[in-house]
Amino acid sequence: MMRPLRWMSILVLALLVGCAQQPPKDDSLYQDLGQRAGIQKIIEGMLLHIAKDDRIFKYFAKVDIVRVRDKLVEKFCVEAGGPCTYTGDTLAEAHKGMNLSRSDFNALVENLIDSMDDQHIPVPVQNRLIARLAPQRREVIEK
Amino acid sequence: MARSLSAVFSPVVLASVVGGCVSAMAPVVEADQGRLIATGGASSIEGAAGGGIIPWAVLAGYDEKGEWGANVFATHINLPDYTLDVAGAAFSYGNRVEVSYAHQRFDLGSLVNKLSLPEDNLTQDVFGVKVRLFGDLIYDQLPQVSLGLEYKHQNDFLIPSLVGSKRDSDLEGYLTASRLFMGAAFGYNVVVNGGLRYSRANETGLLGFGGDRRDTRSVLKEGSVALLFNPRWAVGVEYREKPDNLSFAGESDWADMFVGWFPNKHVSVVLAYARLGEIATLDNQNGTYLSVQGSF
Repeated sequence: MMRPLRWMSILVLALLVGCAQQPPKDDSLYQDLGQRAGIQKIIEGMLLHIAKDDRIFKYFAKVDIVRVRDKLVEKFCVEAGGPCTYTGDTLAEAHKGMNLSRSDFNALVENLIDSMDDQHIPVPVQNRLIARLAPQRREVIEK
Repeated sequence: MARSLSAVFSPVVLASVVGGCVSAMAPVVEADQGRLIATGGASSIEGAAGGGIIPWAVLAGYDEKGEWGANVFATHINLPDYTLDVAGAAFSYGNRVEVSYAHQRFDLGSLVNKLSLPEDNLTQDVFGVKVRLFGDLIYDQLPQVSLGLEYKHQNDFLIPSLVGSKRDSDLEGYLTASRLFMGAAFGYNVVVNGGLRYSRANETGLLGFGGDRRDTRSVLKEGSVALLFNPRWAVGVEYREKPDNLSFAGESDWADMFVGWFPNKHVSVVLAYARLGEIATLDNQNGTYLSVQGSF
C-alpha cells in the first residue's frame, strides 16, 4: 500500500515546481480581468458588497469613497500588470491606526470574490489576482 | 435491514438537528466568521478538523485571533461487512488551539454470526487537542503546522483482548502541515497536507492498542491533496498508513477519494469512496463515506 503515497509525493512535487515559476511582467491578468473598465466594475461591486457587510462597513463609512475607488482601481491595475500608476499612499500608511484584524482582511477578500463572481470572472483568473494581493496582507493588518 | 436503515438515517437525523441549531444561532455569531470559507476543514473520524480519515493542520470552525469557533458532525461509513458511525464536536480559539471529541461505533455485521462473537459492535471515545505551532494555510510564508494529541479509550475490550490487543486506552500524537497553493493546478487552488503520527492503535483504536506482534508505537505517514474548483467545492484523495500489531489479521493502510461541499460557513458535506482494505480478517472493505458538519 505504498503506491498512493508515492503518487501523492509526485503530485506535490509537480505542484511545487509549478508554483516556483513566476512569469516576469506580463499583462495577461490585466487583460483577463477586462482591462481598466473590468477592474473598475470589480472594485465598485466589491464596495457595494462591503456597504452591506456589517463586519467591515464601519471602516468605509466616513471615507471619500470615490477616492478609495480610484486608488483601489489603480492598485489592482498595477498588481494585474496593467499600464497604470498607483498614486495613493503606501498600504501601510493608508491603514495606519485602523488596527485591522485578520478577520477584517478576510471579509474584504470575501466581498472581492463575491464581486468577481457577479462579473463572471473565471475562478483561475480570480485566483491569480488573489495570489498577487495575498502577500500584501502584512502591510494592511494590525497597523 | 432495520439495523442498516437506522444506521443510514441516524446521521441524517443528527444532521437535520444540527442544521436546525446552526440556523438558529447564525445571526448571533455572524460577526465572528473570521476565516475564509472551507478553511475550517471537514471533521475527521477522530474528531479533529481535517479531511475524513486524517486530521489536517487547520483548526475547526472559522475563528481568527480573539474569536471562538466550533463544529459538530456526524459520519457514516458503509462497508461490505461493517459499518462505522461517528459523532462528535470540536471547539477552537484564536485559530490557535482546538479541542475535540468523537464517539465511534463500529458494527461488526456478518462477523458476529460467522465467529459467534459475544458483542455485535465496538465503540471508542477519542479526546483530541491540536495546537497550531506556526504558519498559515493561505497567507504566511510558512505552511500551517500543527501538533495534535489524541487520547483514545476503547469501550468494549473483550473482543480486542481475545485477538491479542494489549490495552484498551492509549495516547498518540501527530504533527501535520497544510498549505493552500494558489492556482497551482490549471489555475485552481490546491491544498496539500502531510503528517506523521506516532501510534500503536489497531484499526485506529477500535481493536485496542498494541498487540501480540508489536507493542510499541510506530511512526505512520498520512497525507492528502485537495483541488478546489471554487471556494465551496473540493475534490481530493487521502492516505493513512496503519500499523500491523496483531497477528490474527492483517491491517491495511487506508485511502479515500472525496468530494467536499461547503455551501456556506455553517454547513458542509463530504462524500467519499473509502478503501479500508482488510479489517479483522475480512478483506476488500471498500465503501461509501458520508459526513455532515455544522459550524458556528
